[in-house]
Amino acid sequence: MLTKRIIPCLDIKDGRTVKGVNFVDLRDAGDPVELAKIYADEGADELVFLDISATEERRKTLADLVKRVAEKVNIPFTVGGGISSVEDVDVLLQNGADKVSINSSAVKNPELINELVAKFGSQCIVVAIDAKQINGEWRVHLVGGKVPTEIELFQWAQEVEERGAGEILFTSMDHDGTKNGFANETLAKLSTERNIPIIASGGAGNMQHFVDTFIEGKADAALAASVFHFKEMEIKDLKKKLQNNGIPVRL
Amino acid sequence: MKLVIVNYGAGNIQSIKFAFQRLGYEAVLTDDAEEINTADRVIFPGVGEASSAMNKLKASGLDKVIPALRQPVLGICLGMQLMCHSSEEGNTLGLGIFDTDVVRFTKNVKVPQIGWNQITNLKSSLFRDVAEKDHIYLVHSYYAPICKETIAVSEYELAYSSALQKGNFYGVQFHPEKSSKVGERILKNFLELS
Repeated sequence: MLTKRIIPCLDIKDGRTVKGVNFVDLRDAGDPVELAKIYADEGADELVFLDISATEERRKTLADLVKRVAEKVNIPFTVGGGISSVEDVDVLLQNGADKVSINSSAVKNPELINELVAKFGSQCIVVAIDAKQINGEWRVHLVGGKVPTEIELFQWAQEVEERGAGEILFTSMDHDGTKNGFANETLAKLSTERNIPIIASGGAGNMQHFVDTFIEGKADAALAASVFHFKEMEIKDLKKKLQNNGIPVRL
Repeated sequence: MKLVIVNYGAGNIQSIKFAFQRLGYEAVLTDDAEEINTADRVIFPGVGEASSAMNKLKASGLDKVIPALRQPVLGICLGMQLMCHSSEEGNTLGLGIFDTDVVRFTKNVKVPQIGWNQITNLKSSLFRDVAEKDHIYLVHSYYAPICKETIAVSEYELAYSSALQKGNFYGVQFHPEKSSKVGERILKNFLELS
């Protein structure tokens, strides 16, 4: 049976992890490769690296990091952040990334999704969508959720699927950082309407939130950062809890 | 041991090279028929769309080289699918090593299947020390139905071939290079096939 996936997300700046991490057993808490290996050993199903560098050397730094991760880590990983062209994606995949996620660049130029799918295949193209409720309507936001657009979430999700994306990573800006649980009602609507996997993101605070997003939110995978980085929960314990709630997981 | 990965421009092969490195083996990436013919083990990878991948194989003449190989060959993901008789994807005629036709999952399930699923009904020394229901990582929209060459089964919408074998030819639908310790075991078993 296909299992539900748990995906830790690592924020990367200039080749280093950004947020403080609370891992006493890490020799170098800022080294994404070492952190990635630990997560893989603890039972993470996939990893996401989100690059927030703004320097001129960022492309090369990120490509080097991707290669080092691919050398050391034996589970799949996705790379996102600032990807805006076929060449960007080519470099990351050549260096060993399994998937890439695009966000603002897809909203600005939806045709990019088709181009990437035609060249690399649906299986490695994730479209990340950040959205927030404005007057009762879910609106897509750009630049890490800072810039609102007129685009409606469910319509955009449909277009993304029709253009060939293999997966949608949905982050609710209303839930992100709150630790009050995922946007399950919205996730369930997305997951039911769309025929590609939906990754839930934003709002994880405790283990029950993951149970809820898989059952009520019908999510195929759940992504979180701080609850793992600060050791608020162990991935193994989380997966046992999911299993006890009848959710298929890889243990 | 001379280990080659067939490099015909169909997808990410670095991950496979790195997976063998972690096991202590250096793989050669090549599209050269002589290099492939003289290898002890051949990995036939593939990611992407079937008909364009098949066209690349034909352009380099590898469509004739691969079916004639006598040493152990392991097709991975699209590589396995191209070793079948045909694929519904792009109405592609395959290499015809496995006598089965690859078809698409229906809209009753999310397509592609992405994530970790289980393998059961394990029937080959490729799976030595791998347990029934162990998890492997898959990403695919098309599958090979159960047939007489099936050596592992997974279930998604229905039971299908997660691995196939005919003589020296092996194919896996999943990605052993991304399947954690279980995948490493399978790659090691492939290298140690007698």
